[in-house]
Amino acid sequence: MKSETGTQAASPAIQRQIHLPFSKAWEISLKSIRIRLLRSVITAAGVCLGIAFYSSVKTSGLFPMSGDPHDPAVIAAGHRQEWLAIMALLVCAVGITNSMLMAVTERFREIGTMKCLGALNRFIVTLFFIEAGLMGLVASVLGWFSGWFIVCVVHLVTEGPHVFTAHVLSASLKQAVISTTIGVVITLLAAIPPAVNAARMPPAVALRTTV
Amino acid sequence: MTAASKPANEYVVRTKGLVKEFTMGGETLRALNGVDLDIIRGEYISIMGPSGSGKSTLFNAIGGLDKPSSGSVFINDVDMAQLDASELAYLRCHTIGYIFQSYNLIPVMTALENVTLPTIFAGMPTDEGIERGIEMLNKVGLGHRLHHRPSELSGGQQQRVAIARSLANRPSIVLADEPTGNLDLKTGTEIIELLRELNKNEGVTIISATHDYKMVDVSDRVVWIRDGKVAKIEERADLDIKVGEIEGEH
Ligand SMILES: Nc1ncnc2c1ncn2[C@@H]1O[C@H](COP(=O)(O)OP(=O)(O)O)[C@@H](O)[C@H]1O
Ligand SMILES: [Mg+2]
Repeated sequence: MKSETGTQAASPAIQRQIHLPFSKAWEISLKSIRIRLLRSVITAAGVCLGIAFYSSVKTSGLFPMSGDPHDPAVIAAGHRQEWLAIMALLVCAVGITNSMLMAVTERFREIGTMKCLGALNRFIVTLFFIEAGLMGLVASVLGWFSGWFIVCVVHLVTEGPHVFTAHVLSASLKQAVISTTIGVVITLLAAIPPAVNAARMPPAVALRTTV
Repeated sequence: MTAASKPANEYVVRTKGLVKEFTMGGETLRALNGVDLDIIRGEYISIMGPSGSGKSTLFNAIGGLDKPSSGSVFINDVDMAQLDASELAYLRCHTIGYIFQSYNLIPVMTALENVTLPTIFAGMPTDEGIERGIEMLNKVGLGHRLHHRPSELSGGQQQRVAIARSLANRPSIVLADEPTGNLDLKTGTEIIELLRELNKNEGVTIISATHDYKMVDVSDRVVWIRDGKVAKIEERADLDIKVGEIEGEH
């Protein structure tokens, strides 16, 4: 500052912008999800279905297969299931990437506006991180549960309760954790790069975009 | 900040040799071609020019929303090019308020939440921010619409919310880009009068890019720009004479 007479009142020195606490971002993100509920539900449904499919394939694999485990046909069926599970995740990943790109692009203007009001890039990314993380979490838990539940009911009806061994139950729990983690990670991986990209744009560029 | 105790640093914004080029498909377009402009603290200045003359580009450069290709912008004697991202965010938050043609309110937030948002970014405690938000909305005549969303408000009301929001952190500068561009004649006039009133009462410098001639009447100075250059600058006195001349002719 080269103000010789020192009238700081008129031109206060420029400081660094403060980092907002996580709780503020949390508050704004929740509001954003709630108010765009329909859109959030549709986005989350994509993750939910993908994870439900993955979970059902994985849960089926937990139950002892009928037939000789050394029979090549049975082994091939097992491999096919693995493939199905991977395909389910890929489809889910592509779908969610598309949704998240749309969700971020749709909000370029909002991002530009927030930056005009003093938001740091980091804060913008945090908002999308929370939104995507929360949606991913809820959708994956629901997805895992529905896939697991349906397959269990089918086995219960066709084979009886004796198939639910301690092994099946503990492995199910493990799969719940794995499925949820995969779902959340896919959602975050899909959301964060476009969010970072949008946050880095000069506000003028973000504000000019019309979708 | 009162007019009586005029601060030593008289200029709130200065631009020097401001150039902004856009490159599209190998062709370079000079949207700003060497703009030198000194804006006096507390004045109401209009930047007039036809569509495409570079008003918005100048608005973005002064507001720190886009980087110029060359030249400098000084805000309160600080060279904006010297600021890092965090200092620039501080400047946008505390020193400058922005008003846009299309209002740019956050659609998922109520009027009050929109106005309170900049105070959150400034780190103001929630209660105080809400108090400030209500005060500002009262000031623009929307004290009875605190909890309405932008979609539930008319264009003029949305622009009032945007004006309240631009003032929330008591900036020294309010930048407006075609603030009446989406409004009908009557609503536009009301918005212009409101801006003038705030300029007088709060002492905030108002810089408004516009091609709305209604704005001329309230401006202390009018900067005419054409093809990215300052064509001429008219003072209040000149403007009065001109209005007198026109009246005299009829
Ligand atoms: N992002 C951009 N990319 C390319 N050209 C641009 C861009 N922004 C503005 N321009 C061009 O720069 C010139 C000035 O634009 P602008 O500042 O928006 O004018 P005004 O606001 O006075 O109507 C115009 O010719 C416009 O087409
Ligand atoms: Mg313009």
